[in-house]
Amino acid sequence: MEVIEKLKILAGAAKYDVACTSSGVDRDGEKGSIGNARSFGLCHSFAADGRCISLLKVLLSNACAYDCSYCVNRRTNDTPRATFTPRELAELMIQFYRRNYIEGLFLSSAVVRNPDYTCEQMLLVLKLVREEYRFRGYIHVKAIPGADSRLIEALGLYADRMSVNLELPSSGSLQLLAPDKSKESILGPMKQIRNGISENRTDLVKYKKTPQFVPAGQSTQMIIGATPETDYQILNLSASLYKKYGLKRVFFSAYMPVVAGGNLPALDSKPPLLREHRLYQADWLLRFYQFDAAEILDERQPNLNPLIDPKCNWALNHMDSFPVEINRADYEMLLRVPGIGVLSAQRIVRARRVSPLGFDDLKKLGVVLKRARFFILCRGKAQEGLETNQAAMMRGLLSKRSLNMIGDGPMDQLSLFNDPVEEDFVKCLTGQI
Amino acid sequence: MPNGTDIAYLYDGSVEGLMTCVFESFEKKEIPAAILSPDQDQFVLYDTREIMTDTEKARRVFAGTQKRLGDEAAYLIRMTFLSDREDRALIILRFLHYAFAEGPRAVSRLSHPLVGPLHQAAKTTSNEEHAFNEFLRFSEFNGVLVSVIEPKCFILPLIADHFADRFPSERFFIYDRTHRYALLYDDGRREFTWLDEFEMPEADETEQRFRALWQSFYDTIAIEGRNNPRCRMTHMPKRFWPNMTEFQREKALSEKKQAASLPDVH
Repeated sequence: MEVIEKLKILAGAAKYDVACTSSGVDRDGEKGSIGNARSFGLCHSFAADGRCISLLKVLLSNACAYDCSYCVNRRTNDTPRATFTPRELAELMIQFYRRNYIEGLFLSSAVVRNPDYTCEQMLLVLKLVREEYRFRGYIHVKAIPGADSRLIEALGLYADRMSVNLELPSSGSLQLLAPDKSKESILGPMKQIRNGISENRTDLVKYKKTPQFVPAGQSTQMIIGATPETDYQILNLSASLYKKYGLKRVFFSAYMPVVAGGNLPALDSKPPLLREHRLYQADWLLRFYQFDAAEILDERQPNLNPLIDPKCNWALNHMDSFPVEINRADYEMLLRVPGIGVLSAQRIVRARRVSPLGFDDLKKLGVVLKRARFFILCRGKAQEGLETNQAAMMRGLLSKRSLNMIGDGPMDQLSLFNDPVEEDFVKCLTGQI
Repeated sequence: MPNGTDIAYLYDGSVEGLMTCVFESFEKKEIPAAILSPDQDQFVLYDTREIMTDTEKARRVFAGTQKRLGDEAAYLIRMTFLSDREDRALIILRFLHYAFAEGPRAVSRLSHPLVGPLHQAAKTTSNEEHAFNEFLRFSEFNGVLVSVIEPKCFILPLIADHFADRFPSERFFIYDRTHRYALLYDDGRREFTWLDEFEMPEADETEQRFRALWQSFYDTIAIEGRNNPRCRMTHMPKRFWPNMTEFQREKALSEKKQAASLPDVH
């Protein structure tokens, strides 16, 4: 088979993997080598679906021995199969890299024969790329659940980032849809990578020459909308993955029906993209805005409001904490104001040290006043002419899309800030939005 | 700050030239109405004064800026100078008058009308630099990696660092068609030169193969069910597309058919 045919099959099979980031590690170039890595990450292109293309994201092989019902590569699915030789893949990747198409390699694979054999083949690729081609750019590799721990460790010494896919947000769902994988077989390698990273840090302090183990950390992803977990369960799970497993990123993937199956949503159901979007917003609140999962959702209100972003939702449910004085509020509180992001909060803190700020200044600092004005004071005063009735707030706080979703309904639907409309959730969960 | 005048300074367009203008303006205690370089051949309504570049005066302004206002001010001035703002020379000069009177904390007045524009311009340049580190594409011709870019800001000197670090053992050539400026990198040495014209050579078979492979990957990796042209455009505006391999399709149609297996390099 020609390489271009293999590439189509094996990139096509890898595209449902969400992560394509190249961030988390700084490594300068070196004479006689090729490549470097930058911790902020580079996106070399954007695909027609708007997703970033940073890495050559492919499977080494899609000839899978497993039969997970949600997966295109499952054994019993009638689909063309291909496998790269390590040399073919290494050469392709280096040539793409030289032309500045990509930032590096994201290597995953279906389970060929068994997990150990698969890992050995992946290891061959990484060795070739790092040792023969002397590649110093970014490599993200998937750990194959169930593989020998020594193989996982060997992969980790060549890769910048490793990930183990959690696949589904609960072990019940895993049992239902991915019977060949178990919670233990997924959490096992995750723990191993976490421990590997922390041991490696200690060794690095002791011996300077220690090879680095997964310096950009580990990530995971789970499918949203194929199984009945609530956003509250999902968010709690991500929060504990960040805390207990030290993960760098948890990715969500709106379930895209690619195969039919008795336990799966119907083939014509649309992916719950809006729900995925809201979950990412909530995830950012956990990672950059110092929120706890319990502040965003609870058992009484277990799902994110589809009409409004979670930060705004939190603010509206905590109006007693507002308005805040821009010239005095601490950084943590500024982060909680809708319309103020991490950058603009930092700018405010810096600029107000030199002179007090008014509303005109805020605009210049990148604050979205259209949203922020309902929650702030400048030098003790609210914005001149500010209307705080429900209709005005709806117009200021809801996106055009959300306003369209509500349609011409009566404005008293603002009450949905406190009590999300059941019907919209049903729509969101079933992907009809 | 001194009073404004009706005089426009004419300078040679170099950063030393601009620093000489700054020197002149401090010496004469005047703010020019405009500072014009030879490529800004607009109809000038003001009286003009030609400022001859003086490297010693320029050095003194540089040194004074660094020493009295700090590294960030020096960075803001450099990045603003490389930006695409028409009035970049004048806003740098006006900022320096304000900052030398106000002291180092002037750079923190992010929303001040004489300071904010420099932060914005620097951000524009830095975004442009980042975009070209990402979206620049090389083609290989006889072992040399060649690229043509059309940036709004003058970012070639900035991205040179990035690519020299990334490809230390390659030979590469980048042509900035907007500013008619070129960089040749060979074995650790960098050479910048003004160059009026440059056309990409015909791609050979190997190069065509990799273009076809990349285009095929680009098409395959998108998920049809999530098609989102607006999101793509936000992240990667159309102005970058003409020089990106993934969008150079007309020529490539016939190439695609030829695209066979990878060449045996080793």
